[in-house]
Amino acid sequence: MNPFTFTRAGSVPEAVRAMGTPQARYLAGGTNLIDLMKENVEHPAALVDINRLGLGDIEELPNGGLRLGALASNADTARHPLVMKRYPLLASAILAGASPQLRNAATNGGNLNQRTRCYYFYDTATPCNKRNPGSGCSAIGGVNRIHAILGASDSCIATHPSDMCVALAALDAVVQVTGPEGEREIPFAEYHRLPGNTPQQDTTLRPGELVTAIDLPAEDFSAHYTYLKLRDRLSYAFALVSVAVALRMDGDRIAEARLAMGGVAHKPWRVPDAEQVLKGQQASAENFARAAELLLQGAKGQGENNFKIGLARRAIRRALWQAAVGTPQSQTDKRIA
Amino acid sequence: MNIMQNVGIGSAINRVEGLQKVTGRARYAAEHPVPGLLYGVIVSGAIAKGRIVEIDEAAARAVPGVVEVLTHRNRPHIAWFDRSHRDMVAPPGSPFKALYDDKILFSGQPIALVLAESFETARYAASLVSATYETEPYNTDFEKAQSERFMPRKKRDSFHPPKSRGDAQAAYDTASVKVSAEYHLATEHHNPMEMHASTVIWEDDGTITVHDKTQGPQNVRDYLASVFGMSAKSVRVVNAFVGGAFGSGLRPQYQVYLAVMAARMLKRSVRVVMTRQQMFTHGHRPEALQSVQLGAEKDGQLTAILNSATTSTSRYENNMEDVVIWGLMNYACENASGEYAIAPVDTATSSDMRAPGAATGMTFFEMAMDEMAYAAGIDPLEFRLKNYSETDQMNGTPFTSKALREAYAAGAEAFGWSRRSASPRSMKEGKELVGWGVATGMWDAMFSKTSAKARLSANGHLEVSSAASDIGTGTYTVMAQTAAGALGLPVEQVTVRLGDSSLPIAPVEGGSWMAASVGAAVQQACDAVAEKLLKAATKLEASPLGKASLEDVRFSDGCIILREDTSRGVAITDVMRAAGMDTIEVEETASGGISGMISQMRKSRNTHSAVFVEVRVDEELGVVRVTRVVNAVAAGRIINPKTARSQILGGVVMGIGMALHEESMIDHRLGRFMNHNYAEYHVPVNADIGSIDVIFVDEPDPEVTPLGVKGLGEIGIVGTAGAVANAIYHATGRRVRSLPITIDKLLDSSIMP
Amino acid sequence: MPDAVPPAPALWAATPVTLTINGQERLLKVEPWVTLLDLLRDREDLTGTKKGCDHGQCGACTVLVDGRRINSCLKLAVSLDGASITTIEGLADGERLDPLQQAFMDHDAFQCGYCTPGQICSAKGLLNEGQAHTREEVKEMMSGNLCRCGAYTNIVDAVMEVLNARGKLAEAAE
Repeated sequence: MNPFTFTRAGSVPEAVRAMGTPQARYLAGGTNLIDLMKENVEHPAALVDINRLGLGDIEELPNGGLRLGALASNADTARHPLVMKRYPLLASAILAGASPQLRNAATNGGNLNQRTRCYYFYDTATPCNKRNPGSGCSAIGGVNRIHAILGASDSCIATHPSDMCVALAALDAVVQVTGPEGEREIPFAEYHRLPGNTPQQDTTLRPGELVTAIDLPAEDFSAHYTYLKLRDRLSYAFALVSVAVALRMDGDRIAEARLAMGGVAHKPWRVPDAEQVLKGQQASAENFARAAELLLQGAKGQGENNFKIGLARRAIRRALWQAAVGTPQSQTDKRIA
Repeated sequence: MNIMQNVGIGSAINRVEGLQKVTGRARYAAEHPVPGLLYGVIVSGAIAKGRIVEIDEAAARAVPGVVEVLTHRNRPHIAWFDRSHRDMVAPPGSPFKALYDDKILFSGQPIALVLAESFETARYAASLVSATYETEPYNTDFEKAQSERFMPRKKRDSFHPPKSRGDAQAAYDTASVKVSAEYHLATEHHNPMEMHASTVIWEDDGTITVHDKTQGPQNVRDYLASVFGMSAKSVRVVNAFVGGAFGSGLRPQYQVYLAVMAARMLKRSVRVVMTRQQMFTHGHRPEALQSVQLGAEKDGQLTAILNSATTSTSRYENNMEDVVIWGLMNYACENASGEYAIAPVDTATSSDMRAPGAATGMTFFEMAMDEMAYAAGIDPLEFRLKNYSETDQMNGTPFTSKALREAYAAGAEAFGWSRRSASPRSMKEGKELVGWGVATGMWDAMFSKTSAKARLSANGHLEVSSAASDIGTGTYTVMAQTAAGALGLPVEQVTVRLGDSSLPIAPVEGGSWMAASVGAAVQQACDAVAEKLLKAATKLEASPLGKASLEDVRFSDGCIILREDTSRGVAITDVMRAAGMDTIEVEETASGGISGMISQMRKSRNTHSAVFVEVRVDEELGVVRVTRVVNAVAAGRIINPKTARSQILGGVVMGIGMALHEESMIDHRLGRFMNHNYAEYHVPVNADIGSIDVIFVDEPDPEVTPLGVKGLGEIGIVGTAGAVANAIYHATGRRVRSLPITIDKLLDSSIMP
Repeated sequence: MPDAVPPAPALWAATPVTLTINGQERLLKVEPWVTLLDLLRDREDLTGTKKGCDHGQCGACTVLVDGRRINSCLKLAVSLDGASITTIEGLADGERLDPLQQAFMDHDAFQCGYCTPGQICSAKGLLNEGQAHTREEVKEMMSGNLCRCGAYTNIVDAVMEVLNARGKLAEAAE
């Protein structure tokens, strides 16, 4: 970890101003940034501590939605009564991730900005375009069982590791940011990006921009949802494949469907056609299979991770079934519902 | 007189060092405060093989607070010859010598040590050291290395070559029922929770005290003395608390070598702690390939065993394990052959990891036995019983004891094995396939010459000491209990000292021999104290004990009491006072003795276990849950049922990890382990572990070791991984012959539509 | 001692931080890049908090910050100015052990002991959170603490004992 200056910002404008320093980074929970600094993957010259900006609240929005403060902890968010009641999918996804200790420290804004778990990104002795643009992608043709099957490029096959973001993507959240040029909203689908030939860029945040809140729209998916996470052990591991499903049922027909996948791409993966195909249809194995094929359209293995395609297909079908019949996956009972 | 609870051998007292551990007062290798300490951070090399062309350390040296950057160019003198670098348990070969020259032998090899006044400064400066290399061709692909497999002329001391009998090939060729299978085990790293660390305290007279994470303080002392040309007297190695090791601390690791090198060069105290990533740059359980061919009669009687294996070693040392002997020893079969070799890859040398050889070889043999049971259409447990042998079939010797039959029975009963439905995929609950599997475990019951000292003070306080180690195995408790039992003292009145090279000679803690060996030494030393006490007591005027001999008395509640008339006794403290003795101090050495050596040749000494496992596998997704384990163990006399149970629990958990999770993944283009962290090298977490039932079957065995103790450190893992794999087959009908059985290996559409 | 250390540039200036550690207020000067874990171990000689990976992947460094369990290896000490830290050394009330400490001993919920302070602090945090009631819940919510010796079932037994005793106390109070 390199030396850096440390400033504690007292307000959002102050924080944004402090980010004007070259190579500055915001510090919130630190659970990812400090780790990456120890690994010499990140070496900021200045840290701007944003923990005391008063962005920790979770409050109702006039439109019936909910605003999650960027600095509310993942744990507090998952356990918030309004989140548990109205957005149990989000609560479930958060509780599927990391560990209680990490969820206590990690913030909502930080969760959005966490970086990939690619082995090569973390190992400075190896080439990596995300860490060191232009050096090459070692994961292509290397150890890649955890890597992307969708949306990858010749420059990068890394995945986004978040569980929370998969639920936020499914719920059509909106990210509130403030930057040197003022405030703006970013629809969740546009927040994370695909690697293309600039994999060093994880998000569409502009320099100096700060996530201040995440807004959840008012739609109610609390009766039919699930977050199904498959991983290499039963807890405290990143997803090989995860699926967030939110349905609104009309009898045995699907009135509205949201479907997002984690662990498979550089961003939470959504395909509008896969949701559209379910609309007005019966909750049936055939329809679930159709949605799975659409969601996985274009999936391509990298060798060691070929199995993810089949695993994802099954996980999507199962998750749709879990949501449709109203037996969401428990994050405690490890039997798959 | 109050009736004191029995605290001697057999009682389930709490771990005696527990208070220090739950309050955070137990200090491990990196936790000893020293004024003026320098912090050393190791720089790891980036390539797998070749040489260092240039190391640029200027930027590191420019960081304020950096004191020195040690590399092969400026290191102080160390011994030239390989033999000076070979520690007590080193395999044959040329040991790795850090910073010796510009050669790179494996990826992650230490190439520099940065020393600074604070850890943070050293860490930062270490990140500024850069090197350029010239690479040479290398191979880390074990499958490719098969073309280079060989049997070295010089074997490892601990190696037992497999002995063949009959004509296995002919018997196999003509067998009615045959099974032939190839198995693969991924490389595993020990990954104890405490990272390898050393704190070297530099004394002005040039002597050093080294707090080291090791399983053998005297091994490290002798190694350091030899490498640095110091007298053994000027080096003291202390390992009072060791945060797990599982074999990774058997050999001195490079951090202690680097720390001592720096301390001697700078004449200052130095601490060096490996990073978790660096924990993937030394010993590991070797990668293994094993083939098993079994032949049997239609009724399930084994007629042929062909067992062959290869394990990985490095280019510079020949590490060998006993992989193929277990099945040959354990089962009644007239024709059996074993063949074993090693194959070199360009990594650090593999090393012993919990039940080395057996955890690999017995697991795969038991998976093959399972395959044969199905092929012959016999219940897997019945099949094992049908081929049960009372004698060691490979060596043709009887066992000192073998209560494996009882273990099978007790385990099956506790597990409910009789309710098993025979065919695969026949037990289902909801969306989960249920599978029940069994496997046998086997390990050596070893004894190693060990010394201990007992020192009884006039106030009745007893101190027992030995240079043994407690790496979580319960050695403190074993010594305390044995001593308390021998002299009839409350355990609170016994102090145990261990983990210090200056104490009486003890072997490295490993191979499951420590409890039996140090226990015997403590018993012997305490018995000698007892004898002296009694002698003094009977010399007293009007001794209530008269002319009693040792057989006539017992030591209990701090007193010596006549067996015949328990109203007659005398307090130990009274004896000491009346005889004018301040202390009684005796050092004794427990060795097998001549009779033991003869018996060792004539009889086999082993622990056995029967492991029963229930798994539940999601039929569609392949998610495996190990819901129940029953591990029935026959291991002679149990010193402390509580800590003994924990040893088995730990073995079971590591066995589950071996079966389902653990795999060090190497990028062969880079020759480098890539998942070098706890997030991507998966060990089981709490949620992975279901119920574990441990049973110790009665197995009195006065012959095996002086106390009848066989040891428990390894046996818990042997059998577990095999039983999990067999249960997965029973659940799914899919035989996965490559461990770990990760989710991808169960996703076969022909099995799970 | 070697030559005098060159004067530190302004960049290296230590920052004043006030932390309450195990009930004692401490006024410290710390460089910004010092983690809470290294501060405790190297500078406060509170070595009960363990370093098992230094990357938030093992839980051995778990401490309570304002009553909540976190991984101290991933927290910069400077960012905690004003916080109250409880480490394993601060759990016992004088000689009276915390019930978790006693339960861990009684259930042999450790072997080498290296993960133990983190396990106990984590269990303390779990009790404070009040979310775990069943064995399954305890298992899941203690999964942020690796134990390579494999004492998991005993750890759950120990935590359940304290959890149940608390439950009974609460019932009795009603």
